[in-house]
Amino acid sequence: MKEALSLVQRLSAHPDSRCWFVSWNPNGTLLASCGGDKAIRIWGREGDSWICKSVLQDGHQRTVRKVAWSPCGNYLASASFDATTCIWKKKNDDFESLTVLEGHENEVKCVTWAPSGNLLATCSRDKSVWVWEVDEEDEYECVTVVNSHTQDVKHVVWHPNQELLASASYDNNICIYKEEDDDWECRATLQGHTSTVWSLCFDATGKRMASCSDDRTVKIWKEYPSESGQDLSWKCVCTLSGYHGRTVYDIDWCRLTGALVTACGDDAVRVFKEDETANPDEPVFSLAAQVTKAHNQDVNCVTWNPKEAGLLASCSDDGEIAIWRFQEED
Amino acid sequence: MSGGTRLENANPVIFQRSGERLLTASEEDEDVHDPIDDREIFDMIRSINDPEHPLSLEELNVVEQVRVKVNDAESTVGVEFTPTIPHCSMATLIGLSIKVKLLRSLPNRFKIDVHITPGTHASEEAVNKQLADKERVAAALENSSLLEVVNQCLSRSI
Repeated sequence: MKEALSLVQRLSAHPDSRCWFVSWNPNGTLLASCGGDKAIRIWGREGDSWICKSVLQDGHQRTVRKVAWSPCGNYLASASFDATTCIWKKKNDDFESLTVLEGHENEVKCVTWAPSGNLLATCSRDKSVWVWEVDEEDEYECVTVVNSHTQDVKHVVWHPNQELLASASYDNNICIYKEEDDDWECRATLQGHTSTVWSLCFDATGKRMASCSDDRTVKIWKEYPSESGQDLSWKCVCTLSGYHGRTVYDIDWCRLTGALVTACGDDAVRVFKEDETANPDEPVFSLAAQVTKAHNQDVNCVTWNPKEAGLLASCSDDGEIAIWRFQEED
Repeated sequence: MSGGTRLENANPVIFQRSGERLLTASEEDEDVHDPIDDREIFDMIRSINDPEHPLSLEELNVVEQVRVKVNDAESTVGVEFTPTIPHCSMATLIGLSIKVKLLRSLPNRFKIDVHITPGTHASEEAVNKQLADKERVAAALENSSLLEVVNQCLSRSI
């Protein structure tokens, strides 16, 4: 059996700048990108190729670090170094700026919608994680500010089917939050990485998480019933080391196939597959495919298309987006 | 720094600058591929101004050619710099200036690592981590006042 990653298309997405992040809309038909040029671009498929459908400018004064689609696909949120988060509403083929969420003291590093669409989370270099509530009138209200990290918070992600939030930080830790009497509290701190944790993601069931770090490793964490019945218990069950030559900036777990993909500062994109015969408490992942020169510079982000199995997008400091197809030839 | 501020290290030891690079016959031959070497990287950073003194990083021995490692085939550059005193509050700024200078001068294919010479600074680990975090470096360079200070270090007018 041989697996391969083949290039579908390369897009000059943010020329003369850096492309920081890409995100598929929930039905996988649109890809949003953002970068150092302060712009957001929306890409759609036309025939066999991907083209730029719209450019969202003037929303931010500085780098747009991340973008996130609402679960309904009608809203887009963007997090920027200008300390704000913009909410954009889709109108036919265009987007209009709906509101600006202010409050963080400095760079907002990430924004993400809860699966219900009623909650939004943001995080910042100011060390805090904010949870926002959204009502039917498109009003956003901050419900909690949590200060569980001692440093810059790099990434936030929601559990796929529970109201559970996880964050990754420059303090080398991962925090997991749960709502308690209208307040969000850190219920578990996951220690193990020896440098900045850049990103993390849940698997389809939400029972496991994968994190990636400046320590050049990927860690798989599994939820266990806790002895006290109170706090959440997550344990590291697998560490992938020796594959990545530099910082691992992003990781995504395919909800359709279970394959893991990583974005690395050594310019490579790598796909890992799980050995299904292994003991679930000691999972084994092996490298299934890699493109060592996927981009000319650091790869910042990788993401599986949510509907089309094997299709994935990556983006880089070279300003480009690459669309890949991961194929299993058996 | 201006006259009113007390200098952290008022009387630094001053070192002699190295001479100009001597060109070899093969380097002058346009048909021969010259890989980027340690001296070339050193030449890019040795004239960076110290943020505190009207001296270059070479004259203060903050940078030395022996602490520059380049691998042209693998596109990697590593530079170690030595703050003049272990509590130098300018260490991050000096490291940032070296990094920015190399980012601006070298082809994009290069991976640039700038570290403090091991054992020469009290906050070595924290400074190294900050310099290695490209997101923080990118955000810092969008700060116009900080960028101005970096550009002053990189201007050649000593």
